Amino acid sequence: MARVKLWGSLSRMADGQKEFEIDAPNIDRMLTALGEAAPKLKPILAKGVTVSIDGTLYRLDKFQAIQPDSEVYILPRMAGG
Amino acid sequence: MPLDRDPADRDYKVVGHRHNRPDGIDKVTGRAKFGADMAAPGLLHGKILRSPHAHARIKSIDVSKALALEGVKAIVTAADFPDNPAVLEDGELTNIRYNVMAREKALYDGHAVAAVAASNPRIAAKALKLIEVDYEVLPHVVDVELAMKDDAPILHDHIRTEGVEDAPDRPTNIAERIELGYGDVEAGFAEADVVIERQFRTGAAHQGYIEPHACLANISGDGSGDLWCCTQGQFMVRDVCAQLNGMDVSKLRVTPSEIGGGFGGKTTVFIEPVAVALSRKAGKPVKIVMNRGEVFRATGPTASSAIWVKMGCKKDGTITAAQAEFKYQGGAFPGSPVSMGAMTAFACYQPKTLKAIGWDVVTNRPKQAAYRAPGAPMAAFAVESIVEELAHTIGMDPVDFRLKNAATSGSKSSYGPTYSDIGLVETLEAVKAHPNYAIKLGPNQGRGVASGFWFNFGGQTAVTLNLNIDGTVALSVGTPDIGGSRASMCAMAAEELGIPYHHVQTIIADTGSLGFNDVTDGSRVTFASGLATIEAARNAVKVLCQRAAKIWGIPADAVTWENGCAVPAGPNAGEFPPMTIKELAKQAGATGGPIAGHFEVSADGAGPSFATHLVDAEVDRETGRITILRYLIVQDAGKAVSPAYVEGQMQGGAVQGIGWALNEEYIYNDKGVMENPGFLDYRVPVASDLPMIDTQIVEVPNPGHPYGVRGVGETSIVPPLGAVANAVAAAVGARPEELPMSPPRLLKLMKEQAQPLAAE
Repeated sequence: MARVKLWGSLSRMADGQKEFEIDAPNIDRMLTALGEAAPKLKPILAKGVTVSIDGTLYRLDKFQAIQPDSEVYILPRMAGG
Repeated sequence: MPLDRDPADRDYKVVGHRHNRPDGIDKVTGRAKFGADMAAPGLLHGKILRSPHAHARIKSIDVSKALALEGVKAIVTAADFPDNPAVLEDGELTNIRYNVMAREKALYDGHAVAAVAASNPRIAAKALKLIEVDYEVLPHVVDVELAMKDDAPILHDHIRTEGVEDAPDRPTNIAERIELGYGDVEAGFAEADVVIERQFRTGAAHQGYIEPHACLANISGDGSGDLWCCTQGQFMVRDVCAQLNGMDVSKLRVTPSEIGGGFGGKTTVFIEPVAVALSRKAGKPVKIVMNRGEVFRATGPTASSAIWVKMGCKKDGTITAAQAEFKYQGGAFPGSPVSMGAMTAFACYQPKTLKAIGWDVVTNRPKQAAYRAPGAPMAAFAVESIVEELAHTIGMDPVDFRLKNAATSGSKSSYGPTYSDIGLVETLEAVKAHPNYAIKLGPNQGRGVASGFWFNFGGQTAVTLNLNIDGTVALSVGTPDIGGSRASMCAMAAEELGIPYHHVQTIIADTGSLGFNDVTDGSRVTFASGLATIEAARNAVKVLCQRAAKIWGIPADAVTWENGCAVPAGPNAGEFPPMTIKELAKQAGATGGPIAGHFEVSADGAGPSFATHLVDAEVDRETGRITILRYLIVQDAGKAVSPAYVEGQMQGGAVQGIGWALNEEYIYNDKGVMENPGFLDYRVPVASDLPMIDTQIVEVPNPGHPYGVRGVGETSIVPPLGAVANAVAAAVGARPEELPMSPPRLLKLMKEQAQPLAAE
């Protein structure tokens, strides 16, 4: 089960919970499970977030694999210039 | 796409060498075509009427007199951009529509209200004066902290603060509150031997690209058409313009021109949807070219900010606590880069505890647009000022202080994830070893150091590589070249194919010729388009090997590619002389048809970049003028594909940062009207203002790219604000808390606070 950690502001929408243990093979399934675990997060997840898996940022690829021992962070949507 | 192997072990023949850029001759001879160079038979000229008020309700617009003027062919207002599902479902698209043409209210000085297409520019200008707009002028606010007050004039009735529990259900200018951090900061401050806090402010700086926005739209009677424009993303322009005008995306083809600078400011649209609407209405091609005043008043500068930072450290230099509050105003619509500022602020360090809060605020200013490392430079200015002061206060060398706390490979970033391979320590050690660090300074001179971080991004990317009959290569990429990327694409394709650099010609393809590409932003092009180019070339090599195998009558896997030739993979494959790419190209028709390679990807794994800057400055105590004496940039490029253009990116970012630190800011009068919308009064640094900007490239390979490439375009603007401020603080014995450090502001600072800073 991967440990999914929420970026600061997001934990407010999860009733203060900062970390979830989620068994999901990829980002898409993980976000779905996270939304079910913390329903208030759903609209934010639907708008788009950046997912960090073991230090690599994924802004687009929802089917990137997650390993059971992966470090996963949910971060806000990001953009550069 | 993982790193092939340690690049230090690879003998690059093209990559990493210095080549003439393919667009160089055309640009220095004037042959290159920029946005305003486009023309078409029967061309009409478009001009835009802009609000003279910072905040006003539009009670009515009467265009009848203007329409009656001979030579006027079309006029559009907000009514010509009606609601459609694509717009209404996307909040940002709704905001862009409002920004390109004001609807119920004009939200800032310069906000577009109506547009005219006429047979010549004089008639168009005359027609603008005949448009009658009945305004009800409203109270305005342009300052971020004033906009946050309960009694501030409200821009939008629908905005409620996101990220706040139990927020009052009434309109506000505060669009969002964000927060991040870890640990108990109060305990961290209690553990500290020294605690310093300060309040900082930064002005809104414009990207200052030399080429104003320009475009030419030509929509035919069947509703399909073309648009030529200067942009950082032709696919973004196509999609947004089509959606705002209710067109099928397939009916609009967008071709990017050469671009005279973008720096993030051309990652959105301003005039392009208006030109499409005018052309469709007039049935003629319509060209719109902004003047400099319009660029300043109506396109996106970056956010201005008010930032409070408090940090504590032990006598040995360990940072025990870091706390900050970031208030960014992003103009008339939500979306300031405050979350990026908060995440990057402490990313160079490993404070034991951290708490950061950010506020995204709307004001009566133009909608902010991305500017190199959006949100990061102002945050770094505040943090690096405190870091430098902490180091001096405990009597520690400022580079050693940073090394003591530096983020390292495998350490936790301040925004959460664990860093993989990063090169901050290498940049700090290089600065410390550089001769500039040992030069003795004179009176009124000071030395400053600052480090900076940027994430770097990938994104959707498509590349096509076609082999020509003579063995040369045509490479099509979809990311506009804003910093020499065509040279890098040529180099990477040549490296993979084993052919000379000048045998590859790279073009920026139009939207009809290539799959979707995200905009050129996030320092992504050399990483993402480069990665796709490498894979496209490798796919072409597979085809080349198959063709040689067919000619030789051996299995395809018995052929390999070496130095631009197909060769038998081993003795068992048979004895055949190497077959060159030219020979294979010539026989393409007879062996199966055109030879090509392509690659499409959502590229991730860009790998963050760090830099450290070292600056010596001198202050004239009578006039307040600041002279930059020496400037050194050390930055991690992962692998510098085109070292000269990497250095150019580093220098350009530093110079823009110096301008932001010393002179550049939007100045408003009491009516909320911008008072300096021109380069005479909005002072960007020019060559004669600056010394040679010295550069040193560090190469810590990015594990997410075959060659180890990291983006380099944005990180270099992050440290300069703090580095220059630190140099000035050392020179005058007073710490600048407000940027830019214009002469009047510095004279005031010296007069009020001229006393030695703690141990500085």
